Amino acid sequence: MTAALPSSPPAAGAAKRQFLHDAAEHVRDVGHREFVRRALGGYYTSRDTQKARYRDWEQARDAASMAKWSAVNRLDELLPRFEAAFTANGGQVHWARDAEEARRIVLELLATAKAKAVIKSKCMTSEEIHLNQALEADGYGVVESDLGEFIQQLRGEPPYHFVFPCMHVRRDEISDLFGQHLGTPPTDSPEELTMIARRHMRRLYVDADVGITGANFLVAETGQISITENEGNARLTAALPRMHIAIAGIEKVVERLDDLAVLLPMLATAGAGQPMTCYNTLYAGPRREGEADGPEEMHLVLLDNSRTALLADAEQRDALHCIRCGACLNVCPIFKNVGGFTYGTTYQGPIGSVITPHLRGLKEWNHLSGASSLCGACTDACPVRIDIHHHLLHNRRNAARSSPDRLERIGQKLFAAVARRPWLFATGGWLFRKTLGLAKAIRPPVLSAWLATRDLPPAPAQSFRAAWKRRQR
Amino acid sequence: MIRTAAENATARAAIMARVGEALRIPAPPPHGLAGRSTSPVDAAGHPSLAILPLEAARPWLPDGGATPAESLAVCCENLTKLRAEVFQVPDLAAAADCLAAQARQRDWRRVAWHAHPLVEPLLAGVPCVSHRIGGDAGFDKDTLEACDAGLSACECLVAQTGSILVSSQTCGGRALSILPHVHVVVATIEQVVPTLADAFDLTRERHSGSLPSMLSFITGPSRTGDIERILVLGAHGPKELLVILVGSHAAQ
Repeated sequence: MTAALPSSPPAAGAAKRQFLHDAAEHVRDVGHREFVRRALGGYYTSRDTQKARYRDWEQARDAASMAKWSAVNRLDELLPRFEAAFTANGGQVHWARDAEEARRIVLELLATAKAKAVIKSKCMTSEEIHLNQALEADGYGVVESDLGEFIQQLRGEPPYHFVFPCMHVRRDEISDLFGQHLGTPPTDSPEELTMIARRHMRRLYVDADVGITGANFLVAETGQISITENEGNARLTAALPRMHIAIAGIEKVVERLDDLAVLLPMLATAGAGQPMTCYNTLYAGPRREGEADGPEEMHLVLLDNSRTALLADAEQRDALHCIRCGACLNVCPIFKNVGGFTYGTTYQGPIGSVITPHLRGLKEWNHLSGASSLCGACTDACPVRIDIHHHLLHNRRNAARSSPDRLERIGQKLFAAVARRPWLFATGGWLFRKTLGLAKAIRPPVLSAWLATRDLPPAPAQSFRAAWKRRQR
Repeated sequence: MIRTAAENATARAAIMARVGEALRIPAPPPHGLAGRSTSPVDAAGHPSLAILPLEAARPWLPDGGATPAESLAVCCENLTKLRAEVFQVPDLAAAADCLAAQARQRDWRRVAWHAHPLVEPLLAGVPCVSHRIGGDAGFDKDTLEACDAGLSACECLVAQTGSILVSSQTCGGRALSILPHVHVVVATIEQVVPTLADAFDLTRERHSGSLPSMLSFITGPSRTGDIERILVLGAHGPKELLVILVGSHAAQ
């Protein structure tokens, strides 16, 4: 129906080639890296300050991971419970097996609402299903109200970071962007830029017929959905339009309201270094009798889109515990060097590298498993204790099992054969020491890329084993 | 055109079948959790499916104060750190004076409010037009948007995080606390609870059976860090949050 939607699958290996190309480019862009590093500097300080307010952060992580573990492993029981409670509150649940079905549901809801203007608050699942393109293709005007998402929408780019969507954009670029699209005078004040967006958006909240939001948690006990945000745009999106549509993955369910007493503050502290995010709002259906305002209808699109494939992998099921705080991105040396766009995924960084192969295919996305130094900073940062860096290893293992690399196998076998025979190993070492200088002189093409930026060390006079033997004497 | 109930039921059944199939293989315990003494694990070291009672987690989270006076102090400290302005006054008459002074100082022309025993006594001294939100007539969104300030009550205040809990049932609906440029909350000091868990307990007691369609924890004025991660107050919601706390523990 539209060319904007990703219809035909890209050529095999395209994602990997794009990653390698963009990574090489970004790594050389020292200015960009410095900018991202500086932007994250304040985050580290405030995160540590807030973590210190916890009387025991590690134990709190246990509680948070237990709450999610227990919910994800009982989805069969909790999803129907949530649905029943949400429906009793007056909301309607729409189940979507995949992105196409989810888009169709939203488009049909907009048609029944006779919607003209749609306002959206930040929703990563809508990025995942490419909702905006589908809405625009059907002629709906749709505006992202979150400041960062709004900037990205004007730039025609996806989010750079799933919590800080435009952290890579400089203020002068934003000033130019607003000048071009909104006709505002240039300014270098972040405050003035924020006020421009604020003034622009106010009218749109009042005029919109439908508000679309995401959801951070679905509470099975009470049938409420919980939305976390700082700006107040989601509050406005769910307050003023006639219809509220929320889109959430099935893994967002938690059992009890009390679980949020742990999860809400930890999400804020891990993700943005805050004691609590500014607005944490629980919605239970449309406007009730006696209430001053609120939408007439509330709909929730519950999305699978291959989450059940990840659920079926017991070893990596805990990746579904993710509360999308973004802490693992903020500490990842790879993310900080290659940047958010290089991943080419909806969910960037370490957690994105773990889940994308499950959601979109291991064969095409396994290269992300290598986008890690396996330092474990992500696993340490995760408030719900997802074993992120080991899952990257698990993905590498699974990829090697399902489609082994012939050449690598032969190489490994050859090495094993040599390593098992000490005399052969010693001879190999001797040969290597003798020819190292020659390699330096000739610069064979296989090594040219490596040698372009590096020097080979001089060959040692003797092998480690010989040196060791002498020392022992 | 519209998806039928039958289609929805088919999708539901398909997803639930996949979930059921996937969960036939049990998952290992959360990473790093097996063996920790405080975790509820069975003899084999696997976490039990009956999950940690929140009581166990309470002492690990940020402190909310042990006594009402302590909680009040923690609450005020957190609110101030979040850049909310706190006014502690002894009684409702003093609260009305405080509000009138703020209205004059900030040159408010229009104030929105809702019917509530803590809110109404404060209006008498406000030197500007006031609009009641709620009631049978409903309200005009544009009128509310044009208001300088929204005056509301709250369900409770949470000392632990410096949050204010508002509901659509008891605090003038959804928009009053988010659309005007300034949000003024009036509450008594008895409404301060130590922790988020206490706030949930209170919600359950007060609203069981008929939850408000919206419950919102407001933690400081609206903010964003989207431009170069620099903090700016007043992104889309109120730029300023004023909290008038009525009463004092010393006097009791």
